Amino acid sequence: MKQVTEGSQAVAEAVRLAKVQVIAAYPITPQTHVVEMISEYCANGTLNARFICVESEHSAMAAIIAAASSGVRTFTASSSHGLTYMHELLHWAAGARLPVVMVDVNRALGPGWNIWLDQTDSLSQRDTGWIQLYCEDSQDALDSTIMAYRLAETVNLPVMVVLDAFFLSHTYEPVDIPQQKAVDEFLPPFSPRFQLDTAHPVAFNQFVSPQAYMEMRYNIQLAMEQVPESYSRIAAEFEAVFGRRYPTVETWLCDDAEIILVTAGTTASTCRLAVDRLRAAGEKAGLVKLKMFRPFPVDALRQVLGAKPKVAVVDRNCSFGASGIFAQELRAALYNAESPPRIFGYIAGLGGRDVTPQTIEDIYRQTQNSDRPQNQNMWIGLDQKKVESWHNQT
Amino acid sequence: MAQSDVIDREGLKAGHLGCAGCGAALALKFALKALGEKTIMVIPASCASIIVGPYPQSAVRVPVLHTAFATAGAAASGVRAALDIKADTETTVVSWAGDGGTFDIGFQSLSGAVERNEDCIFVCYDNEAYMNTGVQRSSSTPFGVRTTTTPGQNWKKTRKKNIMETMAAHRIPYAATASIAFPDDLMTKFEKARERRGGSRFIHIFASCATGWGAPADMSVEIARLAVQTNVFPLYEIEDGIRYTLNYSGKRPVKDYLQSQGRFKHLDRKDISRIQTMVTEDWHHLLCKTGEVPCAPRSLQDTEPVRNDHQRIDSDENHDGN
Repeated sequence: MKQVTEGSQAVAEAVRLAKVQVIAAYPITPQTHVVEMISEYCANGTLNARFICVESEHSAMAAIIAAASSGVRTFTASSSHGLTYMHELLHWAAGARLPVVMVDVNRALGPGWNIWLDQTDSLSQRDTGWIQLYCEDSQDALDSTIMAYRLAETVNLPVMVVLDAFFLSHTYEPVDIPQQKAVDEFLPPFSPRFQLDTAHPVAFNQFVSPQAYMEMRYNIQLAMEQVPESYSRIAAEFEAVFGRRYPTVETWLCDDAEIILVTAGTTASTCRLAVDRLRAAGEKAGLVKLKMFRPFPVDALRQVLGAKPKVAVVDRNCSFGASGIFAQELRAALYNAESPPRIFGYIAGLGGRDVTPQTIEDIYRQTQNSDRPQNQNMWIGLDQKKVESWHNQT
Repeated sequence: MAQSDVIDREGLKAGHLGCAGCGAALALKFALKALGEKTIMVIPASCASIIVGPYPQSAVRVPVLHTAFATAGAAASGVRAALDIKADTETTVVSWAGDGGTFDIGFQSLSGAVERNEDCIFVCYDNEAYMNTGVQRSSSTPFGVRTTTTPGQNWKKTRKKNIMETMAAHRIPYAATASIAFPDDLMTKFEKARERRGGSRFIHIFASCATGWGAPADMSVEIARLAVQTNVFPLYEIEDGIRYTLNYSGKRPVKDYLQSQGRFKHLDRKDISRIQTMVTEDWHHLLCKTGEVPCAPRSLQDTEPVRNDHQRIDSDENHDGN
């Protein structure tokens, strides 16, 4: 059944369909609609779950970690400062090998206060041991959240589903809401491999010596390495049931392309439009959309990009002192390819600044007109007057 | 209390990693005796995370969820929510935090949990400093104490936070103090808390730390007893945040307690007298609340109120009341 909903509601519908049992969340713009709708479902009995209105995001993650340790399906959602406030517990969830699922609505970090799109919040959590899936539209948000539970419960790692602030969280579009029966078949009830149980008293997450810690960490890495394959299997099953396909790396007109744009999230839609326009003008442009960021789908990317001459990465984030984070990861992934492409890293659209088809076309042209990148990160659309006057003051 | 039933039940096994004379281990032993096996325990970073044993062993006979330092309240809430949704109404969820995990870094999470009136028992075993990291001051460290972060003349010049009053302010159904030197009283309170389902219960246990307090290991229980007998740590209960019940009246002077520990040994006569004034004042406030004395606190009119300031008081003006 198609329904016009916003990305936030698509997530709430997925949580309802996944029959999540414990939710703990703290409100933050632009995540609020997600938790408001889930609260409503809990209140009116549509969803048989306990919603814990915690006093902070740190407690939200702590509470669902504890609930997941007790053997139930869990959910939280956050954004920006909320997500970074959770940071300690993100490590904890992965280290405890818990299949918790959360949605992060990508939002800029302060100061100054800014509630709009920026990917640095989720990308800076890249070393926490969470699987990260980025969404392009509301349908993607709903489907990814449902798939996230299958994936998390298969590999016993937490999954973060990432939505762009406002462009996705607050934008209404038609979404196919699956039938409960179909979701139940795709996603059976959570069957925990371990849980707190008074009949079998054991300790979880206790003190551990160097003699065992390292093997525990290695097991997380092993589980992560299984993820692309597990995910692809689950995504194929999802496609067979629901007819929608979500590869880890999605390509658009890449086969004969000479310059390939790489991005994630809603910017992919803008890039696709720009690629179509460039193609119409006779350019050999292509697009790679990163669905999965952690684990980084190295094999798939090498296959698509390994022999291309030029790649232009559009990052709506920055790791200060390095470069855009997607570009950084891509450079590392392709470094050992046979004849790796020149990777042009562009930083654009931070803090909600528009990235238009024209912005993408400018990026394409700059890549086309340069033999090699001028530096590791090229910032697009800066007002040089502001940059210089502020630089002189600091 | 059916004392004979609980006395044989051991929740804490031999081989735990507490120091010699560890008050926290004693507290855990007595608490588990009273709580029984249908208990799930949440332990944030603390001495207790070490005491109950490293992987792959556990000295505790109930399931334990070790959790991050600041999260006792939230983690207990999460376990409770999961049990509720699984229709397990029998199991008691108990968080077991030190003073750091209760008074300081865990305070927000605890406040959130008890404001929601979560159906859990929140325990603070209080050894009055960060003992696990090497005796640094916490907001539970009393006035006058030397720790590794309040050394020399910078011994702590502010009062211990009154955690029981903060819990009372949340109007939770049941809050009680307990002491390792009064095990019957302690176990009765745990049984009472266990039976009082449906809301938040808080138990504040005085758990002496011979290692951190500069006392011989065999003095732990004696020190805890002196704390009660001198009214430094009174035993009482608060129901619904307003009904106070006193369980013991101490008669001995505070100096008996202070002299038993190295952490107070730098204090001079005036300092000790100042602490006596504080204890007397606090005791009077407590008696007002229990209804033992009229509530206007004017019986101490001849005493200057003790300020929570940061300056060492060198003049005599504040010591006249003694």
